[in-house]
Amino acid sequence: MARMIRPLLALLILLPLFALAGGIEVRQFDDPVLERRYQDLTATLRCPKCQNQAIDDSDSPIAGDMRDRVYTLLQDGRSDKEILDFMVNRFGDYVLYNPRLEGRTLLLWGLPAALVLLGALVVVLMVRARRRTSARELSAEERARLDALIKRERTE
Amino acid sequence: MTRRLLLLLPLAGFLVLGGFLYQGLSINPFERDSALMARAFPAFELTTLEDPGRVVDESLLEGQVTLVNVWGEWCPTCKQEMPQLLDLAERGVRLIGVDYKDTREKGREFLAEFGNPFEVNIFDPEGSLGFDLGVYGAPETFLVDADGVIRYHHTGYIKPADVRDVILPEVKRWHE
Repeated sequence: MARMIRPLLALLILLPLFALAGGIEVRQFDDPVLERRYQDLTATLRCPKCQNQAIDDSDSPIAGDMRDRVYTLLQDGRSDKEILDFMVNRFGDYVLYNPRLEGRTLLLWGLPAALVLLGALVVVLMVRARRRTSARELSAEERARLDALIKRERTE
Repeated sequence: MTRRLLLLLPLAGFLVLGGFLYQGLSINPFERDSALMARAFPAFELTTLEDPGRVVDESLLEGQVTLVNVWGEWCPTCKQEMPQLLDLAERGVRLIGVDYKDTREKGREFLAEFGNPFEVNIFDPEGSLGFDLGVYGAPETFLVDADGVIRYHHTGYIKPADVRDVILPEVKRWHE
């Protein structure tokens, strides 16, 4: 039994290596900072052909073309913003996984914050309202009723 | 009374959000506007499929309304689309092809087999013009006005009904 399992285990360990070999190409960088930026950019750019995949994760030809461009633009010394602008100018906002804060995305970015603020406001108002009712002094009539109830409790 | 109504506020908010998300379910994510809408056709300098010695650029698109169709021999939908494009050419629409990520040989075979509605075909073997057009598949079709500005974009297959219902009205609209 063990003799059968061992080669299987070896295959399982090697399997991820085959996955690495296919699809996404290996790129050479002289500068580790550039490499880091390449990884960040290709992880944040969305493949326009796919439904929901970053270009560093897609086998689609257009994702490959986009990775090529990111690489050459980085080698040309372009900034991250220039590279993202370059892609948005061609493929639209769709390719940004992290939408920009601008006029038309104000609702997108602002709504969650507005809802949190609204929730906080509601909580504050509720706490205040409750405190007002509980801190109120008892009227003479209520006090008398309370005393009567306590007395009855004790005598029973 | 108003307090009671206030209690309904979360429910109303939920219904609005639910309606918004429900509507999102039926949106086709491939039907989105081109980023190049109302912008000039990108600059390029490529040879034609017909003549490797002839270099053309974006000035090719100036002077009259043109339908630019991005196709490739490798693209099955493009084959289905050819009768519609031939129909459009017959109705007097000027068509220019972009042979996208293809070899010259295959591109020519394609036109010989399925017909050639194009005045000329721009040969784009690396897909560089396609990239600048934001093309992420074929077929894609752009309507360019006489000033070389992109006015309409059609992603994917042009159905026979689209010729009369969508493409011809757009051509007419930008003709004036």
